[in-house]
Amino acid sequence: MRPTATLQLVRRVITAPTVGPFIALVLTMVFFSLKTDRFFQAQNFSLVLQQVMIVGVLAIGQTLVILTAGIDLSVGTVMALGQVIMTKLAVANGVPALWALLLGILTCVAFGVLHGGLVTGVRLPPFIVTLGTLNIAFALTHIISDDLTFTGLPKLEVFWGRTFTISGTDFTYGVVLMLVLYALFWYGLNQTAWGRHVYAVGDNREAARLTGINTNRVLLSVYTLAGLTYGIAAWLLVGRTEVGDPNAGQTTENLDSITAVVLGGTSLFGGRGTIIGTLIGALIVGVFRNGLTLIGVQVIYQYLVTGILVILAVSIDQFAHRRRA
Amino acid sequence: MSSPEPILEARGLVKKYGQVVALNGADFELYPAEILAIIGDNGAGKSTLIKALSGALQPDEGEIKLGGEEVNFRSPRDARRAGIETVYQDLAVAPALDIASNVFLGRETRRRGPLGAVLRLLDKRGMRREAARHFQDLGIAIQSIGEAVENLSGGQRQGVAVARAAAWARRLVIMDEPTAALGVKETGQVLDLIKRVRERGLPVILISHDMPHVFELADRIHIMRLGRRVAVVTPRTHTMPEAVAIMTGASPTLLDKALTKEDSAE
Repeated sequence: MRPTATLQLVRRVITAPTVGPFIALVLTMVFFSLKTDRFFQAQNFSLVLQQVMIVGVLAIGQTLVILTAGIDLSVGTVMALGQVIMTKLAVANGVPALWALLLGILTCVAFGVLHGGLVTGVRLPPFIVTLGTLNIAFALTHIISDDLTFTGLPKLEVFWGRTFTISGTDFTYGVVLMLVLYALFWYGLNQTAWGRHVYAVGDNREAARLTGINTNRVLLSVYTLAGLTYGIAAWLLVGRTEVGDPNAGQTTENLDSITAVVLGGTSLFGGRGTIIGTLIGALIVGVFRNGLTLIGVQVIYQYLVTGILVILAVSIDQFAHRRRA
Repeated sequence: MSSPEPILEARGLVKKYGQVVALNGADFELYPAEILAIIGDNGAGKSTLIKALSGALQPDEGEIKLGGEEVNFRSPRDARRAGIETVYQDLAVAPALDIASNVFLGRETRRRGPLGAVLRLLDKRGMRREAARHFQDLGIAIQSIGEAVENLSGGQRQGVAVARAAAWARRLVIMDEPTAALGVKETGQVLDLIKRVRERGLPVILISHDMPHVFELADRIHIMRLGRRVAVVTPRTHTMPEAVAIMTGASPTLLDKALTKEDSAE
């Protein structure tokens, strides 16, 4: 190889957007491996993956929204609502499992369509729209469930919690689904015109419009697909907990999904970022929570640490943005 | 100088905003392979005229003909479909996307066969090759077609916008203050680029405030005043102060000179 080509290759690897997040993940893992023997074990990694799967899937939708320079504060509560609807319908209302499941997922999709409609049609800022629907979905979750939990769920709804074994370590099917979703959205964002348009809308909306892209349609598709990922996350949550719980998924998931996206190197200013970065970011969040638990840090301090973590990540983003400008 | 058929032609364009008359019976002609500059004071109707020609607004009265046929653009998209591309002053590119992606933005090509039709797979290699060819044709030096536009200088960025317009325009290119956001050296690069677009046979409508640039580039200069075309001059028949005098209405006698000279030139 010619020296310039080698140099270019080295430069490309170093400046690849997923390198930073990947190094952060490795450092985090090294840190906890040194702190406790219980961390670096196959069974623990399997646990981390199970814990990551919910936030990981939510973060896919969050990535789409943030790439268009938006933000979704409602992810966790919309998922919780979908989860309560799919379980209540099946258990308390005797709706066939498939229909209950679809109606639960559809509820989340409907919230996505609502977000997209308000952002494009009424031109409201995504922050306000999703702050509103955060409260709406929260209220509906408790009203519809009557604060009851639903157990004895149909097999279809808990399917993703089932496990298979690879050389003595259990993995859930849900983790496989998460990885498949990442692959699908990677393809959509990187290999199709739709993906280019998502980036362009977040990067320079006016320029995108002037080149003839229907920016409203792109935004609507983004929010709708994001809603779909929250619905799938609801299904995964039910599979993992085997219960429909109105209090599940409402506290940490909102912030964690944003943390995962930002740690993964996606800019809150829109137009920059990668879906693979988000997967790494979700893993960082998962490893952090798992590791802190293993070394005996109380849950309330975990909130403290993740809060600091997300502010740190956003600060780096802000710094990089100013340097570009 | 005279050409048989104008590429783009307008007659008696009128556009009113309430009491304000932005266009008051404006005429316009653009001939093949020329650079036509449009000058005029603020409020003279330059940008309203350009918006009417590029589909951004619909005139109340008058007709526009493209290649001899009457057209009725309802949106910039209509004009683009008819082969008219516009370059804007404010660098209308997506900075985080690479050069090739910007050139093909909104017009991406997919792979042939089921990969493209069913899986909607982009033909990235093909688009890069095409984009690189356009840059080579226009003599724009670029290190890598895969470079993000934000890593380019302002002049190179506008070069991307011009290359995109030249690549897709089948009839003509409109450039609305293309150098307004640029420094001196970069402006020079973009001006050279505009000349090369003309050399390739594409006519260019150039809107500019910068008289030296207008006189350096333009084959003909269309002067707007009070919503109408008051004169068409050329850099050979008129000096810069004369053109400015016509533009500001300072000299009605020069206007007569302009009309007679234009008549004798044709």
